[in-house]
Amino acid sequence: MKKYKITKNVRDNILTYGIVILAYFIIQMMIHTGKISSLMQGLLVPLCIYVILAVSLNLTVGILGELSLGHAGFMCVGAFTSAFFSKCMEDVITFGFLRFALALLIGSLSAALVGFLIGMPVLRLKGDYLAIVTLAFGEIIKNVVNVLYIGKDSSGIHFSMKDSLSLGLMEDGEVIINGAQGITGTPKDSTFTIGIVLIILTLFIVLNLIHSRDGRAIMAIRDNIIAAESIGINITKYKLMAFSISAALAGVAGVLYSHNLNSLMATPKNFGYNMSIMILVFVVLGGIGNIRGSIIAAVVLTLLPELLRGLNNYRMLIYAIVLILMMLFNWSPKLVELRKRFSPRRLLNRTREVQ
Amino acid sequence: MAALLEVNNLSISFGGLRAVDDFGISIKKGQLYGLIGPNGAGKTTVFNLLTGVYKPNEGIITLDGANITGLKTIEINKAGIARTFQNIRLFKDLTVLDNVKAGLHNHYSYSAVEGIFRMPRYFKMESAMNERAMELLKVFELDEEAGYLAANLPYGKQRKLEIARALATKPKILLLDEPAAGMNPNETIELMNTIRFVRDNFDMTILLIEHDMKLVSGICEELTVLNFGRILTQGPTSTVLSDPQVITAYLGE
Repeated sequence: MKKYKITKNVRDNILTYGIVILAYFIIQMMIHTGKISSLMQGLLVPLCIYVILAVSLNLTVGILGELSLGHAGFMCVGAFTSAFFSKCMEDVITFGFLRFALALLIGSLSAALVGFLIGMPVLRLKGDYLAIVTLAFGEIIKNVVNVLYIGKDSSGIHFSMKDSLSLGLMEDGEVIINGAQGITGTPKDSTFTIGIVLIILTLFIVLNLIHSRDGRAIMAIRDNIIAAESIGINITKYKLMAFSISAALAGVAGVLYSHNLNSLMATPKNFGYNMSIMILVFVVLGGIGNIRGSIIAAVVLTLLPELLRGLNNYRMLIYAIVLILMMLFNWSPKLVELRKRFSPRRLLNRTREVQ
Repeated sequence: MAALLEVNNLSISFGGLRAVDDFGISIKKGQLYGLIGPNGAGKTTVFNLLTGVYKPNEGIITLDGANITGLKTIEINKAGIARTFQNIRLFKDLTVLDNVKAGLHNHYSYSAVEGIFRMPRYFKMESAMNERAMELLKVFELDEEAGYLAANLPYGKQRKLEIARALATKPKILLLDEPAAGMNPNETIELMNTIRFVRDNFDMTILLIEHDMKLVSGICEELTVLNFGRILTQGPTSTVLSDPQVITAYLGE
């Protein structure tokens, strides 16, 4: 039997998984010893959501090399379809875990489907044009959800885009999606542990995809589309594949989001372009194409405003400065050189040479 | 013997400009064929027509008996034409090994699900791919650099890697667009040996565009000379190069 060689990629991946698992155990320990405030505990699930979003967007921006500004839209699709499912099934499936697993499946598949349908026309565009159109689609999704009324009674499911009265529900009926007021009373199934499991699942899918035949094709398209075509790689297929998987994982984040809140509404704050751009900021600051960087950037930039709460007025100022510093630290050529010189690996080699 | 690549009456216009007019060529299996001509004569346009980047206005392209006129680039590659580019087009942020493995894409296949969930077929195919890619890299003396990023290779090796990647797609005919561009005389001689080696060892048919007359007269068996999109003359290398018409148009008196 051939000896299995641990390549650089495998080592890199193990480190990424390791960081997530280690962080989980440290936080669990801190919760048990009461070292984390309840405010911070409330932030743990959103943290997982942002990490999943950042990693999934990195698949589009870093690996496929296309700028997408509609990521929050796919999250919105995942959130609403799964919340709708859970609300309908709340009495039918009482076993929370099974219900959540099915909601997860439905949320991610419907987000993938929307990603696929939007991707088909949109991925013919490049660069800024693609960014603008995805931005528009993200907003469209949010606005469509805002005028959606869906209700349920003994005769079945009713649907309207006018108001809840025109649903014509019978007395036993119940409005599930109530337009701009969204869905209320979604079962609160999301926990920090589930969030971490979903982060690991996301990492598993993204990292394994990158290091497979299909990931290679996607990155070949990113690096040189003409050459990729000339060696027989199907451009449309792989662009759509990357975009849909990215959308599906944003849907997973949406499921986590909707099952963490009592009432789910589509507002500019949670599913608007502000959110899409914030996710893009995580990806850019963490390093485009660098999955581990996305995780770290998402965590740091989510925790920072909360940690700085005591500083009140200076909070956003410091946040902005940290953004700029992170950008410089990651991308300025001089600093990149400096970082290489003082990297742990190099220092380790030097001590070895001295010995 | 029937020709491997047969092109008849190939023409394309861009607006009012007839970039390639009534182009015809017939290349036998195993031949080393040269396409030369002054700048702007339409040589690269012919390559782009043959590989489906442009659709011809007129004409028929037949590869190994099959009509491939008007097919898409990826279909033409699957039919058996692979090419390199005048300005090198590698996958710069992939490793040297991954560049060649990308070339093997259509020959070792497994689905995305098998890849993501690391099913047995993934391991089987990946190790077969690695083996085949390393074989190719060894031929081009690139095996030591397999883990490097393609962008970090020196120029001459990038050219070689591009040829290796094209060969990985198992073509019937290989089109090389100015393979010696930017090379010094020593590198050019090495390249000539590589091209001959590829022809002999891979049983390959090669059509190349080149300006370096030493390379052309050194390895090409037959030539076609293009000028202003039309064929000036074609035939065995020695006859063509001594043709007074060619000398005036291209080589200078």
